[in-house]
Amino acid sequence: MANVIKIKKGLDINLKGEAKEVPLQVRKSETYAVCPDDFDGVVPKVVVKVGDRVKAGSALMVDKNHPEVKFVSPVSGEVVAVNRGEKRKVLSIVVKDDGEMAYVEFGKKDVSSMSAPEVKDALLEAGLWPFIRQRPYDIVANPQNEPRDIFISGFDSAPLAPDFNYVLKGEEKNFQTGLDALKKLTSGKVYLGVKNGAAAEALLKAKNVEVVAFEGPHPAGNVSVQINHIAPINKGDIVWVVRPADVLLIGRLFNKGVTDLSRKVVVTGSETTERGYADVLVGASMCSILEGKVLTGEDLRYISGNVLTGKKVGLDGYLGAYATQVTVIPEGDDVHEFLGWAMPRCDQFSTSHTYFSWLRGKNTEYCFDARIKGGKRAMIMSHDYDKVFPMDILPEYLLKAIIAFNIDKMENLGIYEVAPEDFALCEFVDVSKIELQKIVRNGLDMLYKELN
Amino acid sequence: MKALRNYIEKIKPNFEKGGKFEKFHSVFDGFETFLFVPSSTSRSGVHIHDCVDSKRVMITVVVALLPALLFGMYNVGYQHFLAIGQQAGFWTMFFYGFLAVLPKIIVSYAVGLGIEFIIAQIKGHEIQEGFLVSGILIPMIVPIDTPLWMIAVATAFAVIFAKEVFGGTGYNIFNVALITRAFLFFAYPAAMSGDKVFVRTTPVCSLGSGSVVDTFSGASPLGQVATATSSPVDIVNIVGQPLTQWDYFLGLIPGSIGETSKLAILIGAAILIATQVASWKTMLSVFVGGAFMASIFNLIGSTPAMTVSVLDQLLLGGFAFGAVFMATDPVTSARTEKGKYIYGFLVGFFAIAVRVLNPGYPEGMMLAILFMNAFAPLIDYFVVESNVKKRLARISKNNA
Repeated sequence: MANVIKIKKGLDINLKGEAKEVPLQVRKSETYAVCPDDFDGVVPKVVVKVGDRVKAGSALMVDKNHPEVKFVSPVSGEVVAVNRGEKRKVLSIVVKDDGEMAYVEFGKKDVSSMSAPEVKDALLEAGLWPFIRQRPYDIVANPQNEPRDIFISGFDSAPLAPDFNYVLKGEEKNFQTGLDALKKLTSGKVYLGVKNGAAAEALLKAKNVEVVAFEGPHPAGNVSVQINHIAPINKGDIVWVVRPADVLLIGRLFNKGVTDLSRKVVVTGSETTERGYADVLVGASMCSILEGKVLTGEDLRYISGNVLTGKKVGLDGYLGAYATQVTVIPEGDDVHEFLGWAMPRCDQFSTSHTYFSWLRGKNTEYCFDARIKGGKRAMIMSHDYDKVFPMDILPEYLLKAIIAFNIDKMENLGIYEVAPEDFALCEFVDVSKIELQKIVRNGLDMLYKELN
Repeated sequence: MKALRNYIEKIKPNFEKGGKFEKFHSVFDGFETFLFVPSSTSRSGVHIHDCVDSKRVMITVVVALLPALLFGMYNVGYQHFLAIGQQAGFWTMFFYGFLAVLPKIIVSYAVGLGIEFIIAQIKGHEIQEGFLVSGILIPMIVPIDTPLWMIAVATAFAVIFAKEVFGGTGYNIFNVALITRAFLFFAYPAAMSGDKVFVRTTPVCSLGSGSVVDTFSGASPLGQVATATSSPVDIVNIVGQPLTQWDYFLGLIPGSIGETSKLAILIGAAILIATQVASWKTMLSVFVGGAFMASIFNLIGSTPAMTVSVLDQLLLGGFAFGAVFMATDPVTSARTEKGKYIYGFLVGFFAIAVRVLNPGYPEGMMLAILFMNAFAPLIDYFVVESNVKKRLARISKNNA
C-alpha cells in the first residue's frame, strides 16, 4: 500500500473487558426508541401519534428545517410513547415491536445506473440520511449541499471498540454497494481510512474509493484526524463522514430494497460477564442486550458507545443511533479513596508520570470507574492536550477561543476541522478536569446558529 | 479510615447550605477533598478520567523542592556556626536551620492559605492548590534574616494582587512567589540584599549563641561580584576563605535559603523532568540563554562583573533555582512548545544581563522571570499566529 500515514500522538487506554470475536446471544428487544438527541443539529418534528401502527422504515419524525430528512422506525409495531422533557423537548419516540418485522418496500435498485439525486432521494426516503454527518459542526448532513469529499474511517481505535473486520464478514457486498452509493453523492473523492496491516480484504480492495492506511494509537481511527492528514477542511468546505457500520445499512437498502437497521453491537466492559458481538437493531433497549450479562450487587454505568464518547443511558435506556458498542463500567460513586492524591496508586492508570502506571508496561489492563478523581480547575498544565491531539491544531488555544466565543479566532484556529470526540482524550488526561467535549459541542452549536 | 469517613459524613450537613457552619463550606470542602478523593462521577463527556489531578501535580513540585529546602536549612545552620566560629555537629546545624526557617514557612502558608480560604468562600468555589507550591517557594527565595512580618505583608500583597484579582490559580500573569520577593525587594531593600541578611548571626531559641568571628563578612558571592573593583573577582566565603565552583555546586555558601545548593536543585529538576511536571525545554533554554549572555560579557570584559566565567554565572545566586522551579511555572510561562524555547532563552539572557549591568540588582533572575512573564503571552501569540497563517495559506492555495 502506497499511502501509510503514521500518527504519533495519542493514547491507547488498555481497559479491562475486551470482547472476543464471538457471537453473543441476546434477547429480542420488546421496544425500540429513536432519540432526537443522538442527531446533532436536528430540530425534531414528530410525525406519528401514540397508537399509530408503523412498519420498519416508516418515518417517526423529521427534521423541522429539512423535512425531507426522515428518522424511521427500525421495526414494525405500534408507537407506544413520545417522551418529552422540559419545554416539551422530545426525548424519545418508543415503538413496540409486533414481531412481524413488516418492512416498507423501497425496491431493489442498481446503484451504478442511478443518478446522484436518485441516490439522495432513496436515502432520504428510507430514513438512512441521518447516518451521513457533515463537517464542519459535526451535525447531520444537509441534503441540499454537495460535499467536497466523503470520508469513512474503516476502523475504530477507541477503547474496547468493535473490530470492523469482524462486523464486515458476510456483508462485503453490502459494504461495496454502500460505497458506490456514497461515491454518487460527491464529485470529489470517497476516502476510506484503514488500519495499516490489519484491514480485511474487502476494505483494501474496495472500489470507487481511495484507501488510506493509518498507523498509531487512538485517535488514529477518528475521522477528523484522518481528514486532517489527508485533505484538511478549510473555511467554506463541507465534507461528509459516514461510519463504516452505517455504510452497511446504506448498502442493504439498495441490495434488499428495505431499511434493515440490524447491526452487530459489541458488548464490552469490566463489569460484563459475557462479551461478544450481538445482532441487534438500532434503538434496541439496553436491558435486552445486557440482561444476565453484567455483574450484580454494585452500582454500574451503562454506556451506549465507548467510554470516551458514549452516552450514559442506564439499563432502562436505549442503544444510540450511531452506537456499535455497549460498555459497562462501575459507577464508583460510593468509593472514598483516602488521600488518593498522595498515594502511589499503582493499580490505577495515569498518563502522568507522577503516578507509576507508566512503569507497568502497555499490556497491563486497568479497571476504571466513572469518578472524575479531582476538582475542576482552570487550565494549569500546558502541553498535556497536545500530546493526545494528533492534528495540526493547537487544542488549548482553540478551546479558549470557543470558551470566549471569538468567532474569528475559532475559524483561524481550526474549529471547522474538529468534532467533540476529538477532544475526548484531552478531557481524559486533563489535570484540571474540564468538560472539554461539552465546551466544543456547545461552541459548534452556537457557531452554527450564528452563521446560518 | 472508615471511622473518619463516617465522621465526615456526620458533620457534612452542618457545612452545606442552610447548615450551622455554612460560611465554612469551602474550608470544609477543601479538607474533605484533601482527605478523600471526591466520589463525584462524570456527567458529560468522557466516562473515565486519568487519576492525576492538580493536587498530585502540586505535591510533586513540593516534593521536588524538598531537597533544596532541607539543604537550605542545613546551610543556614552551617553558615551560622561558621560565622560564630564554633564547631557543631550535622544535626545541630540542621536543627538550628530548621528552627530558623520553620517560622517563615508557617507564616507564608498561614497568610497565603488564609487569604485563599476566605476568597474561595466569598466566590463560592473550591479551594485551589496553587498556593501549596507558592507557599513553600516564598521562604526559599528570601534571605534568612528577612523579618516575618515583611514576609506576611508581601505574601498577602502577592496573593491578592498578583493572583486573586486575576481570578485565582491558573489565571495569574506573574509568578506569585516572585511577586512576593519583588515586593520585598523594592519595599524593603535593606532587608533583601547587602551583607547583613544572608547569614543569621543571632541564636534561635537560645541555640547557637556566640559572637561572630573577626573575619566575618556576610556578603553573598553575587554581592561580592557586584561590588568588586578589580578582575578577576576573588569570591570568598563568610570568613574570608576562597570558594571554588565545587562549593557553588554543593551549596555551602551564603544566599537565599533554597537557592544555594545546585546539587539539591539538580535532584529537584530530575524529579520534575521525570514526572513531566515541568518542561525540560524551558529549563534547558534558560541555561542556554544565560550561558550565551555570559559569554558575550566575557568577550567584552570591561567590568569585573563581566569577567565572571560562564559556569560561575550559572552556578551563582538564584539562577539555577529560578530556571528549575520558577521559570517552568506552567501558568506564567509560555504555553506553546516552541514558545518555551524562546521564553526560557530570554529569561536566561536577561537574568545575566540585569545581574551584570546593574550592580544594584545582583539578583537578576527574579526580574528576568517577571519581565518574561509579561512577555510570555506575546511569544505564544506569535507561535499561535504561525499556526493560523498556515491554515490561511491552505485556503488561498486551494482558491488559486
